[in-house]
Amino acid sequence: MCGIVGLFLKDKALEPKLGEMLTNMLITMTDRGPDSAGIAIYGGADAGKAKLTVQSDTPDISFEKLENRLRKAIKGKVEMTVKDTHAVLLIDADQIDAARAFLTENAPEVRVMSRGESLEIFKEVGLPKNVAQRFDVARMSGTHGIGHTRMATESAVTTMGAHPFNTGMDQCLVHNGSLSNHNSLRRKLRRDGIHIETENDTEVGAAYLTWQMQNGATLGEALESSLDDLDGFFTFVVGTKDGFGVVRDPIACKPAVMAETDQYVAFGSEYRALVNLPGIETARVWEPEPATVYFWSHNSAPTTTEKAA
Amino acid sequence: MQTIDLEKTGLRETNKMLHAQAANTNQTAWEIVNAKGAHAIACGLDAPIEVTVKGSTGYYCAGMNQQATINIHGSAGPGTAENMMSGKVVVEGDASQYAGATGHGGLLVIKGNASSRCGISMKGINIVVHGNIGHMSAFMAQSGNLVVLGDAGDALGDSCYEARLFVRGMVKSLGADCEKKEMRPEHLEILRALLAEAGADAKPEEFTRYGSARNLYNFDVDNASAY
Repeated sequence: MCGIVGLFLKDKALEPKLGEMLTNMLITMTDRGPDSAGIAIYGGADAGKAKLTVQSDTPDISFEKLENRLRKAIKGKVEMTVKDTHAVLLIDADQIDAARAFLTENAPEVRVMSRGESLEIFKEVGLPKNVAQRFDVARMSGTHGIGHTRMATESAVTTMGAHPFNTGMDQCLVHNGSLSNHNSLRRKLRRDGIHIETENDTEVGAAYLTWQMQNGATLGEALESSLDDLDGFFTFVVGTKDGFGVVRDPIACKPAVMAETDQYVAFGSEYRALVNLPGIETARVWEPEPATVYFWSHNSAPTTTEKAA
Repeated sequence: MQTIDLEKTGLRETNKMLHAQAANTNQTAWEIVNAKGAHAIACGLDAPIEVTVKGSTGYYCAGMNQQATINIHGSAGPGTAENMMSGKVVVEGDASQYAGATGHGGLLVIKGNASSRCGISMKGINIVVHGNIGHMSAFMAQSGNLVVLGDAGDALGDSCYEARLFVRGMVKSLGADCEKKEMRPEHLEILRALLAEAGADAKPEEFTRYGSARNLYNFDVDNASAY
């Protein structure tokens, strides 16, 4: 099954409550998948800065001297905030590649969960309630975010198999469903030099989007072509720096409900996820159409039927 | 009127109370508040009672219904009135996928739109949708009537048997072995009665009937690609 939630705020007054609202929505979806949970929060960007969110199974050891080591290696400013098994490294945006290279070389046990100016991804094995508590998600503010609770079908229950998956700078993907051609697609993408870590089907979906965008596609175009190239069932929600997008496969058997008011656009695998949002009684509630790409963006006036560029 | 607060009473207790109603119960009117999208509300009822659910429901509301009338004052989640045997279910809002699936009898009325696979494998149920229906509706529909005042999505009536499909608006595409049929007087009569029972303001003459071309009933090697 799996459960997905997403919340895109139009009303700035709600931004301090984003983490709390998203956490509550995700907890409601717990019985759709109790294996692992994750949240992507777009907390806002500082000019010229970027964030690497990293994870370690041994955070006490891994993170102890990481800030200083990284500072010396990249000869720049590094601010590290540790949250349980994750740490957010705030660095100058132009040093993000150098920092990644340093981590790969010198701290292989530290895994990069996300990179972006605004995006932070926190995910672990366990119930949404416990995962959200470990990272204190309820106290996070932001403009938009997506969350996922997993019922594993295609690969092991591990941190790296949890969603959301980072697909590029400030981009991430969550998935409900299962892809059936992920093995052949993984081989093809690896031959093209795309890094894929696990046997997970969704990671291949995420890598596919990354690969399409590296070859010049916009996110919208990459999602459109995923309808042809990915075989299987999927409802995807993708996070971008400015908003989020939704696409369902043509059969659309994986559920999706959306609600929109003047204050927000919300996504849930079920209506239950949306019932405690303010003004839900009078919100426009509908199901996204199959094989149709939807986007909401802070960059332009949000419309519900806006086709991807 | 008996009122149940679903949040306070819980789903199992609520359904247990409704199941306890016998044919001669004098508690014939029930209201369920704080539905909040919960699953399996008012499932498996078997008494001539009227239940009104305030708010939207989740999966499988009114499933396996017999005799009861169930009104949903909101929208309904996947599998609403699935496998209904008799009685009546009225959704004031929209219904999600596979509404009325496998239903053997009774009437399902959806005042808004229905999503994909509406009436899939229906076996005698009558379904009246005031709005549109999604793709793959009436897939393998065996008997009963599906009436749509709006439009139908892709692959309507794919591999259907003897169900009658009446659509007033556009049909995006017909499924395998589904074809347009002649509207005869007896069909207009059936349609007139269903529209009246469903409170639908439409004339039977405005509809087109679709049904099985019966080419897939028996094995024919020329149809191999369609099986």
